[in-house]
Amino acid sequence: MLKIKGLQKTFNAGSPDEVQALRGVDLHIEGGSFVVVIGSNGSGKSTLLNAVAGGFLPDAGQIKLAGRNVTRWPEYRRAKLIGRVFQNPFSGTAPHMTIAENLALAAHRGQAHGFGWALSRHLRQAFCERIRALAMGLEDRLDNEIGTLSGGQRQALTLLMATWLKPRLLLLDEHTAALDPKTADQVIHLTKAIVAGEGLTTLMVTHSMHQAVNLGDRLIMMHQGRIIRDITAVAKKRLRAEDLLEQFNEVRRAEQLDPGTAEMLRALYV
Amino acid sequence: MNLLLGSFTIGLILALLALGVYISFRIFNFPDMTADGSITLGAAVAAILLVHGVAPIGATLAGAAAGAAAGAVTGLLHTRFRINGLLAGILVMTALYSLNLHVMGRSNVPLLSTATLAKEAEAIGLAALGGQTVFNCFGWEVSVSDMAMLVFACMAVVVVCIGLYLFFRTNLGTAMRATGDNPQMIRALGVNTDTMIVIGLALSNGLIALSGALLAQYQGFADVQMGIGMLVWGLASVIIGEALVRSRGLAMTIVGAVMGSVLFRLMVAIALRWGLNPNDLKLITAVFVFVALILPGLTARIQRRKEAVVMSSLTSK
Ligand SMILES: Nc1ncnc2c1ncn2[C@@H]1O[C@H](COP(=O)(O)OP(=O)(O)OP(=O)(O)O)[C@@H](O)[C@H]1O
Ligand SMILES: [Mg+2]
Repeated sequence: MLKIKGLQKTFNAGSPDEVQALRGVDLHIEGGSFVVVIGSNGSGKSTLLNAVAGGFLPDAGQIKLAGRNVTRWPEYRRAKLIGRVFQNPFSGTAPHMTIAENLALAAHRGQAHGFGWALSRHLRQAFCERIRALAMGLEDRLDNEIGTLSGGQRQALTLLMATWLKPRLLLLDEHTAALDPKTADQVIHLTKAIVAGEGLTTLMVTHSMHQAVNLGDRLIMMHQGRIIRDITAVAKKRLRAEDLLEQFNEVRRAEQLDPGTAEMLRALYV
Repeated sequence: MNLLLGSFTIGLILALLALGVYISFRIFNFPDMTADGSITLGAAVAAILLVHGVAPIGATLAGAAAGAAAGAVTGLLHTRFRINGLLAGILVMTALYSLNLHVMGRSNVPLLSTATLAKEAEAIGLAALGGQTVFNCFGWEVSVSDMAMLVFACMAVVVVCIGLYLFFRTNLGTAMRATGDNPQMIRALGVNTDTMIVIGLALSNGLIALSGALLAQYQGFADVQMGIGMLVWGLASVIIGEALVRSRGLAMTIVGAVMGSVLFRLMVAIALRWGLNPNDLKLITAVFVFVALILPGLTARIQRRKEAVVMSSLTSK
């Protein structure tokens, strides 16, 4: 479904604040698989998701999605294939528009925007039913501005919006990081239900050890702009939190060696 | 009474300007400076076509179309060439000054001897009242020509308001509002925000130019200077309107912009009657907008200070 080859991105190239955010990422994701991405701060997780979504064009490499080479496609064009939930609850919704209007925009994701009415009775009915299933008491508030909702309610709605039309790929970038633990749990439950229910191909970044261990069927670990671990199938199922911590420590130990040696060891063992 | 009628009429004509400013400043969050140029452009194009014998309705629509084109240029400068929005508007506004002089061929085009929408409205009014030039309206003697233009301006504004309201509820209109509200989100939902901005600025400046075309026909001339300060005028109307309706709903804000424009024009007319020096008008408008812009922040700060005083007096007890 998603094929990434030799992806590279350097921000502020040639200036003192040059950052090599992606240093050659190769990733191949099968249709229907749920991939969890972990890694330390600044390791390039968000940059990878942004590159796939089309937030910027990569310096080198290729991105293929659903059989199409989308490397040079602008972000709005890729949106036809991609559903997205951001870390910041404010990013995924238009705050001064109503719940119904936001959902209506999502119901037209990637389609031509013409002179048809954005909202129909039929659509409102569908929204109402779907929102009732969230059990957040939002079904009577379809005409309230989304800006009046809590962060958790917004993230739940953003998730609904991202998946209203079945996307070929769902991108979740720490979408529960800004929520309190209880709300985060709710949103994770919803995520699981939707991903499993629709069989969505999913790429999810998280900092939660708990989520990393319990969610998904594959786990990749990023470090300094590269994928350094890729745990699949049975190994992923058996994975425990302690194993992950051990992996982190290993990376940390490698960092204390001088960069050249670390590079060599990585080339040998990873 | 005539002062009142005249203020209402100009207020309504300039309500179209206010609606244009509302679209760029409020819906798109885009500080579009093109307005001063596009209102004159609308007047200039309409006036010169009228002088050349084009039918008033056609000349008026051509003026609006010219304004829309100017707005689209500002949008393209901003989206294609990544020029700062404020600067893009200023560039087009400046260029339009020369362009308007070229269109008109001189700095002022009188419309006294040509057919205009104002005269057509008057003719219809006279025909309807059987040739009376003055009629009695709730005890006041009102000239038919003044009344006819007021009714016409009123109808034009109502049509535009309903049109805008319906438009902003279509898929395209909803995507446009979202572009101003959260561009990141709407791009992730597959909308090309650049296109939305270009169309939105075209719509905004089309309305502003329409306002200019009607204004020229009402006052009987187009002048290359007539656009100066109009953007701030429109902004003042929008701000007054928001204070009046105190709602962010689509229908209410549209109505608010119209009410704000009429009220502002009335206030200005009264102030001028009381002896305000017309030369000070733009200064006072600017100061007014300045105060209106800083007022919400200021009251919030005073409120907080009050609360702090209350809190500290509570804790000291
Ligand atoms: N637009 C940008 N301009 C400049 N540098 C950037 C930009 N985006 C990301 N970076 C840099 O690229 C590196 C990788 O950032 P990225 O956001 O991908 O990390 P991350 O793995 O998501 O981290 P976190 O866990 O903190 O979210 C960081 O050093 C960051 O400062
Ligand atoms: Mg990140």
